[in-house]
Amino acid sequence: MKLVKLVALTLSLTLMMVGFAYAGKDLDAVKKKGFLQAGVNGGVFGFGMPDEKGVWRGLDVDTARAIAAAIFGDADKIKYTPLTAQQRFTALQSGEIDVLTRNATRTLTRETQLGLNFVTVNYYDGQGFMVPKKLGIKSAKELDGATVCVLPGTTTEQNAADYFRNNNMKMNPVVIESTSELAKTFFAGRCDVLTSDASQLAGTRAIAPNPKDYEILPEIISKEPLAPAVRQGDDNFRDVVDFSVMAMINAEELGITSKNVDQMLKSKDPVIKRFLGVIPGNGKALGLDERWAYNIIKQVGNYGEVFERNVGVNTTLGLKRGLNALWTHGGLMYSVPFK
Amino acid sequence: MNDTTNNPREHLAAPIRKIGAIAWLRENLFNTWYNSVLTILTLAVLWMIVPPLFSWAFINSLWDSSAEACRDIDGACWSIIPRNVKFIFLGFYPTGQEWRPILAMLLLLGLVFYSKERKRWKKALGWYWSIGLIVMGTLMYGGIFGMPIVEPAQWSGLPLTLMLSFFGIVAAYPLGVLLALGRRSRLPAIKTLCVVYIEMIRGVPLISLLFMSSVMFPLFLPEGVTIDKVLRAQAAIIFFTAAYIAEVVRGGLQAMPRGQYEAADSLGLNYRQTMRLVILPQALKIVIPPSVGILLSAFKDTSLVVIIALYDILKTTKVTLSNPKWTGYSTEAYVFLAVLYFIFCYGMSSYSRRLEKELHTGR
Repeated sequence: MKLVKLVALTLSLTLMMVGFAYAGKDLDAVKKKGFLQAGVNGGVFGFGMPDEKGVWRGLDVDTARAIAAAIFGDADKIKYTPLTAQQRFTALQSGEIDVLTRNATRTLTRETQLGLNFVTVNYYDGQGFMVPKKLGIKSAKELDGATVCVLPGTTTEQNAADYFRNNNMKMNPVVIESTSELAKTFFAGRCDVLTSDASQLAGTRAIAPNPKDYEILPEIISKEPLAPAVRQGDDNFRDVVDFSVMAMINAEELGITSKNVDQMLKSKDPVIKRFLGVIPGNGKALGLDERWAYNIIKQVGNYGEVFERNVGVNTTLGLKRGLNALWTHGGLMYSVPFK
Repeated sequence: MNDTTNNPREHLAAPIRKIGAIAWLRENLFNTWYNSVLTILTLAVLWMIVPPLFSWAFINSLWDSSAEACRDIDGACWSIIPRNVKFIFLGFYPTGQEWRPILAMLLLLGLVFYSKERKRWKKALGWYWSIGLIVMGTLMYGGIFGMPIVEPAQWSGLPLTLMLSFFGIVAAYPLGVLLALGRRSRLPAIKTLCVVYIEMIRGVPLISLLFMSSVMFPLFLPEGVTIDKVLRAQAAIIFFTAAYIAEVVRGGLQAMPRGQYEAADSLGLNYRQTMRLVILPQALKIVIPPSVGILLSAFKDTSLVVIIALYDILKTTKVTLSNPKWTGYSTEAYVFLAVLYFIFCYGMSSYSRRLEKELHTGR
């Protein structure tokens, strides 16, 4: 009898923790659930990481918040699932999460064989080089014969070797397993160059004993377009995610920020009026509230604001816009027309 | 004149070289030439290590400062712990509700402490535990008495570590005993099943079980059904620990002389009574040391959930370290964690030694 009770208690406790997440075929399922389940990175500063209080922060986190704002009119109707690199695509395929905003590079195989749909890129990353300023090197082309600190077994090592070979330069790799050890070695002067993704390099420079002594070279030797992803077979939802990212870029193009978005509602410009839903149409087409773009900008901000807040020059990472500037400023950020 | 010749021998104090500290030194540290060399070498090494370590840890260190202030010192930056104490210990648990997991953990430790004395092992204790666990669950989950609901996905830090290890150990032990009995069963079906289970689980590392539970398992579930990540990891830990416990307990069962079984048979006890009253109490007592070893490693193994992105106390610390502000102070953070783990493990092993002594019946 006791045993039966115990089993019953265990079972009922277990059932309490089993969720029936009907992550279904369309937007309505997410709407019915009442929140967006976003897969994020758990430990990359500036992109997806909890702060001292356990509040999620980062460029990817804000992207997910924008999607929640578009769907629910409330950027806080969101739950985060921190995922490792191995788990991220399974979590999306199995329906554990609705959208993956976890610095994933869009590639052909992921798009086809893994059954994913990537949307507009929210950060253009790429591999770069960092050198001590005192070497006086201004371009990666001058690195012939340099000792290069690099993480083993990653595409990073391969990319660097390819780059040196293509430019007929000699490379002496210093291979070190952990990121923090790699940084310490570089700062101790055991190698001339540190190579990694440009956004990581900035983070590494930030922890240098004297960050001003180091410089990130302008050459980017690999393409890493990081984009949010959804499952295939969910086109309406894909559009919502896609245009949520695009809305942030478009707002920056139009000069709409979270500060001035309320005045912009009174703007005479039909482009802005359509964008913010004063002239209706866009919302209905996406299956969202007409104020969806307004909600994104009001609660999360435009792309420039999100960039500067999380990774920009005034943050610890101190990244310049670079490729992530608007196309009008020499970058790659470009939004399709909202009409 | 020489007075001493007249004094009785026994009044003489023993020569200084035969008593006290010096004698002990001569006896133990300088008794042969190579021991003397080793002693001096050891002292030299200690002299090289300890003072710098001491000044790093205590003299030149900062205990509560900003990360920027730590840049200018040579010593340890212990500030990383107090400045991130909320996230390291409680992770994502909502701000303002911190008292709930703290109270739940205190309750758990209190119950463990109360259960230490063997004279309290009565039926009432079972009730205390049941009530205690329900109260703890309620505190953590909330939903009543005006406490907002906090989902298991947000349970992290020390509460998660304690939960995974406590339930891992408590559920794995009885399962392990059952498996051990099953493996020695005369019924071929049960025996095969248990052998296959034990050997399969023991044949793979815990990491791969955790990966299966977190990456593969969700794909087998019907569309739309998800099981909480924490629960999946918990199940993996239980299944893994149980297989090891089973083999240890089987060792205890095999150490029982045949006479014990025959005596029980001759008293007319059936299988269950034999096991419950005669065999298991003795067998389990014999295997206290190895099972404590397994429980200790199960406790430490819970930190492997890091690789499936569960935020136990190791992961929360690592996340804190990925903040560029604090990245440079990994040594301090890991030392702190080591001390914390040591306290728990030492507590468990010293208790097991006491239990062994108390249960010793001089067989």
